[in-house]
Amino acid sequence: MTAAAETGFDLILCGMIVATALFCGADQGQVRGGCLFHRLRCLRHARLGATDVALAEAALGAGLTGILLLVANARLPASAPAPSRGRALVAVCSAGITLVLGWAFMTLPSSDGLREPVAANLDAAGAQNPVTAVLLNFRGRDTLLESVVLLAALIGVWSVSHNAAWGGRPGLKQHVRPDGVLARFGQLLPPVGLMLGVYLVWAGLSHPGGAFQGGTVLAAVALLVMMGGWMRPPPVASRWLRLVLVAGPALFLAVGFAGAITGTFLGLRPDLAKPLILGIEAVLTLSIAATLALLVVGPAEDAGEPRD
Amino acid sequence: MSDIATYFLTGLGMVFFFAGTVGLIRFPDTFSRLHALTKADNVGLDCLILGLTFQADSWATVAKLRLVWGLALLAAGTTAQLVARTALGRRRGR
Repeated sequence: MTAAAETGFDLILCGMIVATALFCGADQGQVRGGCLFHRLRCLRHARLGATDVALAEAALGAGLTGILLLVANARLPASAPAPSRGRALVAVCSAGITLVLGWAFMTLPSSDGLREPVAANLDAAGAQNPVTAVLLNFRGRDTLLESVVLLAALIGVWSVSHNAAWGGRPGLKQHVRPDGVLARFGQLLPPVGLMLGVYLVWAGLSHPGGAFQGGTVLAAVALLVMMGGWMRPPPVASRWLRLVLVAGPALFLAVGFAGAITGTFLGLRPDLAKPLILGIEAVLTLSIAATLALLVVGPAEDAGEPRD
Repeated sequence: MSDIATYFLTGLGMVFFFAGTVGLIRFPDTFSRLHALTKADNVGLDCLILGLTFQADSWATVAKLRLVWGLALLAAGTTAQLVARTALGRRRGR
């Protein structure tokens, strides 16, 4: 009975994911479908027991990507015609990629994955959560590059600022009633968000969580405070802002080079691994939070501000 | 006993969610759609949380469930206000 119910649930979930993906292809469906798609994927990862991925999907996929899609949609001209040319070509290419991926998956040699080697070396990793051990230690280069990619994305967003606005504050000015709903919301939620964000990073050593999940929650807190009108985004030219943005990847890289001098690049000494991972994650979380929040805020718009 | 309570309450919650969704699809304008969505869905969520409370193994879990409920309620109320105000502004602007 329970097994049948679980299979039924999984089938319905898979059906909904496929249906949402198809809806995304329809006109006007991209933004709404995109938001829903990540939410369903989060449920699916939770069902598969991949809590770390489910958390990342909920925070980054459903939360942040959803907002980015909405912001992008709001910036499009209202009556932008959907491109109709080349749709058949896109459909054929997409179907082809799906078939190739499916074929590649089906012909994979059966393997137990890297679960056992990771478990065997977990004592030297400095983190009891195998996902954190892989992301920050065994495959640190992936995480390092991911954090640099985020920075590159932000530089991309900033680079579409108007020349006259360069160096000023990003985003449009918020108009908020001082005692309105949004202002109150921006006061009530940040304490809970701050606690949750810091907890996710700290718990990431032994439980699901980590710098990206915690950083996204902290970015949401920063956005709420800005939306509530309690704080304005710092000017793009601000030196301390740039320092915060670069600090995480820079510290990661510095630790990596220190490892290269004593042995392997990005290799962490087992006795120092835990404090190093915790330190990298803490600073990386701040950088990720600032980068993600500013990605949502957008390019510099306000030139009338004095630079510092 | 606690299983029966869970079945009953989560089932009741689904009824409210279903009613809210029907309202969201069928109601004619933004305000009545918001009404359906915020009122019916919040009651549905409360039933769901109450039902799950009977399956909780510790008071900490109960507290977390309540926190989820409170945050969802706060977010729903705030967004409903903001959406309604924007819709009102647009209507006046016309």
